[in-house]
Amino acid sequence: MEYLIGIQGQDFVLVAADNVAAHSIVKMKQDQDKMFKLSDKILLLCVGEAGDTVQFAEYIQKNIQLYKMRNGYELSPTAAANFTRKNLADYLRSRTPYHVNLLLAGFDETDGPGLYYMDHLSALAKAPFAAHGHGAYLTLSILDRYYRPDLTRDEAMDLLKKCIEELNHRFILNLPSFSVRLIDKDGTHDPEKLIPVGAK
Amino acid sequence: MALASVLQSESVDFSNYGRQRHGFASGLYEAELGLESVGGDRLSFALSTSCSNEDGPDRKIEFLHGTTTLAFKFQHGVIVAVDSRATAGSYIASQTVKKVIEINPYLLGTMAGGAADCSFWERLLARQCRVYELRNKERISVAAASKLLANMVYQYKGMGLSMGTMVCGWDKTGPGLYYVDSEGNRVCGDLFAVGSGSMYAYGIVDSGLKQKDLTVEEACDLGRRAIYQATYRDAYSGGQVNLYHVHSEGWTRVSQSDVLMLHQQYQAEKA
Repeated sequence: MEYLIGIQGQDFVLVAADNVAAHSIVKMKQDQDKMFKLSDKILLLCVGEAGDTVQFAEYIQKNIQLYKMRNGYELSPTAAANFTRKNLADYLRSRTPYHVNLLLAGFDETDGPGLYYMDHLSALAKAPFAAHGHGAYLTLSILDRYYRPDLTRDEAMDLLKKCIEELNHRFILNLPSFSVRLIDKDGTHDPEKLIPVGAK
Repeated sequence: MALASVLQSESVDFSNYGRQRHGFASGLYEAELGLESVGGDRLSFALSTSCSNEDGPDRKIEFLHGTTTLAFKFQHGVIVAVDSRATAGSYIASQTVKKVIEINPYLLGTMAGGAADCSFWERLLARQCRVYELRNKERISVAAASKLLANMVYQYKGMGLSMGTMVCGWDKTGPGLYYVDSEGNRVCGDLFAVGSGSMYAYGIVDSGLKQKDLTVEEACDLGRRAIYQATYRDAYSGGQVNLYHVHSEGWTRVSQSDVLMLHQQYQAEKA
């Protein structure tokens, strides 16, 4: 029902998430932001079970901030991703596992852009592009076909739009709008909110 | 339990359908759409409890899943409208239930799900809000109050709490409306409807709110109408419509109208 997508370019990461907060068959909220800012150059996109998403994401967010306060410098995206995965893994076999699927996108001074795919079983994979949700089945092949490691910002945006158009065309659920963010060496930017015009 | 002794004939079983933490939402709709309800006067739930039920199927508790509550923001504050029927299976246990909980003079909470869960946790919330006021010498914001409630019930996620509430109030950022439930959802919005009759209510309020700039009177009528229409279609909602208006000075109890009276009034208007 929910959808997350991330595309890594040469010196940026483009991420998008749908904006619907659903409750059974009703859309409770149509402008829900599913991205959590871990730091100036790290975003955590989080979908999954109600309650778990916000609680887990805010827990990670506050801990990343605490690390910065204690140590005077921020965790890198790789470190943040591994920290998040460790927490997921620790809770996995407890009585209260977090049923969440995540994408972590960040930009590191030395390593450049990074996109990390994490799922509710605490798997972690660094990937050039990734998606979560039922919509992923429809769009991963498009990403496979058209992705190139040297995508420019505009090309990545077009690829994203292609994916969203496909969702609009074939996905049974109506996802009216998507939040889009781009991370590069200058931080996080909000290019635009994508509103698909209508099914072809 | 006092209520149990009154409802001797009704028995409720916590049937564990093998789903961990399926929680409030799906359980609610399945129960009201009759997909999993057992015939006669037994109310069954798709609630799963991770700890074993010592009381077993003998526990008799009344749940208010059959309800319609709504709240929406508009120019002059927040309108809160609720019905007042409580059902146990097909038996109407009460037509005069108070489903709006007055947390403090400027915060209201609505009740859907377990009556005890809602009133207990919202009373606890009232205590926390008062402590906040004493510590910080200023009123608590609606966002903070709803977050306190959400965090409190999140601790008990998967243990069988059933609560779907809207925290409505007015703070220094203006009117505030949050939906909080026992599943862990906490969502800010301009319009929410909760309960078995919620979808009928959504239809009325969505179409009524399209016309911008409602006056207080028009907004109250819209809320009353939406609950009435929901009670018309939903068997598990009825009784009276209790209407509250939250404004900058706090909340006011606007009206209590019997649904049958409203029916006659609206029929007469149509003619």
